[in-house]
Amino acid sequence: METSSISAKDVNFYYGDFQALRNVSLEMERNTVTALIGPSGCGKSTFLRLLNRMNDLIPGARLEGKVTVDGEDIYGKNVQVVELRKKVGMVFQKPNPFPKSIFENVAYGLRVNGVRDRETIRSRVEESLRGAALWEEVKDKLKRSAFELSGGQQQRLCIARALAVQPSILLMDEPASALDPVSTSKVEDLIYELKKNYTIVIVTHNMQQAARVSDRTAFFYLGKLVEYDRTEKIFTHPSEEATQNYVTGRFG
Amino acid sequence: MKRLKKIAEAIAERVLMVSGFITSLVIVLIVLFLFREGAGLFGKPDVEEGYVLAVNRKNPVEKLSPRQIMEIFDGEITDWKQVGGAEEGIVVFRLNDITDYATEEELGPELDSIPQCLSRILSENSGMIAYVPKQYAADGFTGKRLAEGKITPRSFFGGREWYPTAQPSPQFGVVPLIMGTLWVSLGAILIALPFGLAVAIYMAELAGERIRRALKPAVELLAGIPSVVYGFFGLVVVVPLIQRGFGLPVGETGLAGSLILAVMALPTIITVAEDAIRNTPRAMKESSLALGATHWQTIRRVVLPYSVSGITAAAVLGIGRAIGETMAVLMVTGNAAVIPHTLLEPMRTIPATIAAELGEAPSGGAHYEALFLLGCILFVLTLAVSLSVEFISARRPKQTI
Amino acid sequence: MASADKTARRKRRSEKAVFWLLRLMSLAVVGVLFWILGFIVVKGIEVIDWQFLTGMPKEGMTEGGIFPAIVGTLCLVAGSVVIAFPIGVMSGIYISEYAPDNWLVKFIRVMTNNLSGVPSIVFGLFGMALFVNTLGFGDSIIAGSCTLALLVLPVVIRTTEEALRAIDHSYRVGSLALGATKLQTIRKVLLPMAFPNIVTGLILSVGRISGETAPILFTAVAYFLPKLPTSIFDQVMALPYHLYVIATSGTDLEAARPMAYGTALVLILIVLFINLLAGGLRRYFGNKVKTN
Repeated sequence: METSSISAKDVNFYYGDFQALRNVSLEMERNTVTALIGPSGCGKSTFLRLLNRMNDLIPGARLEGKVTVDGEDIYGKNVQVVELRKKVGMVFQKPNPFPKSIFENVAYGLRVNGVRDRETIRSRVEESLRGAALWEEVKDKLKRSAFELSGGQQQRLCIARALAVQPSILLMDEPASALDPVSTSKVEDLIYELKKNYTIVIVTHNMQQAARVSDRTAFFYLGKLVEYDRTEKIFTHPSEEATQNYVTGRFG
Repeated sequence: MKRLKKIAEAIAERVLMVSGFITSLVIVLIVLFLFREGAGLFGKPDVEEGYVLAVNRKNPVEKLSPRQIMEIFDGEITDWKQVGGAEEGIVVFRLNDITDYATEEELGPELDSIPQCLSRILSENSGMIAYVPKQYAADGFTGKRLAEGKITPRSFFGGREWYPTAQPSPQFGVVPLIMGTLWVSLGAILIALPFGLAVAIYMAELAGERIRRALKPAVELLAGIPSVVYGFFGLVVVVPLIQRGFGLPVGETGLAGSLILAVMALPTIITVAEDAIRNTPRAMKESSLALGATHWQTIRRVVLPYSVSGITAAAVLGIGRAIGETMAVLMVTGNAAVIPHTLLEPMRTIPATIAAELGEAPSGGAHYEALFLLGCILFVLTLAVSLSVEFISARRPKQTI
Repeated sequence: MASADKTARRKRRSEKAVFWLLRLMSLAVVGVLFWILGFIVVKGIEVIDWQFLTGMPKEGMTEGGIFPAIVGTLCLVAGSVVIAFPIGVMSGIYISEYAPDNWLVKFIRVMTNNLSGVPSIVFGLFGMALFVNTLGFGDSIIAGSCTLALLVLPVVIRTTEEALRAIDHSYRVGSLALGATKLQTIRKVLLPMAFPNIVTGLILSVGRISGETAPILFTAVAYFLPKLPTSIFDQVMALPYHLYVIATSGTDLEAARPMAYGTALVLILIVLFINLLAGGLRRYFGNKVKTN
């Protein structure tokens, strides 16, 4: 599986009159985990969601600048959003399985993308559940409703669901914020494992989490990218005072 | 002063509490009155009250069913053999036929010799069946009175004839009315559901804010138009169209009713279904899109399954509205009380029957009571609809966490 | 990759087709609305004039006006509003503010829902049995108004309840914390805040009352009356029933058609006016809340 690099150049983003991002430029390399941090409303989630064009759904949303995945402009004229989203998987803040069985949840992405062969689907579901470290726990109850799983299991199911369509990039929007500590650490372990095969971008409010799982960290504040560097550096010797204040918990 | 305030507060609370139970009270009263007025039907004689049927003494027939009585007096049964008697032609006798058989002198100046005359006429005509008021077949009457049948729940719910004004034996069989109601309502929902769902999906998922804001009042307006106006429109526009379009002798058909009812059920379906669709969590839709599904795939595979209970509720409510609708149906379906075979026949629904006949049914009579029983059926049907909606919406999938 | 492209194209094409279908079907529904409205308006507009609105029916209701029917409908609406609104609003207040949040509220709500599902003809039967026969009102404005009042009661209750429920809990706590009693809180804080929504809901329910026929069929209306009602125990003519009569059972249906179109248009205009009024109020109150 090929992983991808992401690059944003001079990105401005507006919701109607409100400017959510100001001149953001950011390069993310293959097989890395990038954490996006910053106080609420700083634009980090907006930035994450424009990487798979999720913001297209919001009326009045508008983008200036250039965002590329593997060198290809994802806001270009001939880009198929649906194809882009297959390549750029996403995991949301709250676990949100579909009201379907565990199996069908994972198979969903395959089915909507026209995969019909049963054997392919079955093996891809198993592979994805294994990839999300959930297989052992659910292999005997694949036909049961996804709502019967615990919150942590549901979130890993959502990760498995994203993996099934074989993306090369995984976007995670505070994937552990709704989970208890045990489930959180399981998800974090999983992220560490997934790094081998995917380029991961994760938004988090949890400083320790950012420090634990990411290679690089970007600090957003008031729609601007304040600082972007190796995680270690951001948390020990940030160049900007704002970053320093934020990571040490003085605001936000 | 403070005490006074406290008392006022307590009183106000009581008053509010009492009014809180008003709907429950009304329901109880409806049940009470409807059933009280209707229950008297069972056990009533199946011949017009106060009348009897009498035959020649030698006639072996003891009892006739309401159906047989009706057919005899309609001239469809003409021989006693057909109802289990001897082979002999039936002669039907009503009281006003009496002058054909007896002279004025025989009847007496005050008509007080009618019973004697009746006895004589019956004994002279061995194949005669007489339908006369009870008092004339009492003292000194020598003919044979047929045993009185009673209207039973079985003959009411299982009866296939509805001729409440037939004489001497009115027919109260609700099967054709129930069938008519179901045909018209199901036809309506089959037409309304696809359109209602389409509008609901369009409004909830596709339409921009501007279009939505224009559509919403349109739907409200559709709900606000009085049912007589729908009925009138149906009568002057839809009925002739159907008559011409299908080359029918009359345009007043079940189909006309279904079409009009479909339009009338639309607002209910649209509003409830749109609410349900709108209630699908945004995150659920976004995760589908994030997996590379198109908008339509997301609607079909995630949004609709998620809102299925709400959509079902919408359909059931729509059926409920259709079943209970009165005036529009009364005006366009033709109101023939026969068991229908296609939607292109005239048919008659339960509400239309009540509306059309209650005015002419004397209070307290069998016909009046039968109409109240129809009301009970309607009430029970719609109660079942409401309760099943309650049940369906209680099962809405809940997201854990 | 080529096959993925093909799948994607097929997905897009079927999506486009379905969306167009949805648009067309929605358009058809709106089209039906305009067809009905347009038809009645075009046919009825020639008939309506001052004399039609204020005259008595003449020549077996094939000519003249519909004044007594208008008056009758006004009487019935006024009567049912006077009965249903206070009771319904109080009931709504009780359910939203007083009733303990348990099976009791659930029971009341289920009952209210059930009542709103009861067909109007059943209300007619019930009204006849209770008000006309048992209570001895006879066919009269009062019997008809009571019956109509029961019919809109669930609507009024739900409107009130929803309007109150939409108010944030903090207002209640805030008022109570200032030492206000519960009743004062309701009167001074909650009701004024819920007022716009309640009023719009009530106005819409007036539209419903004025168009109903089945409930008044056996409780209030007369086929034809040469005079106006003088007391609440009089029978009346009513617009919807009048339309039914001249459309289906007059002496000369063809001759009565213009009268029927006119009456239908008056009914439609009432509904239109009420809907516009409700919409206008909604906008008016909406703006006011914003500027506050």
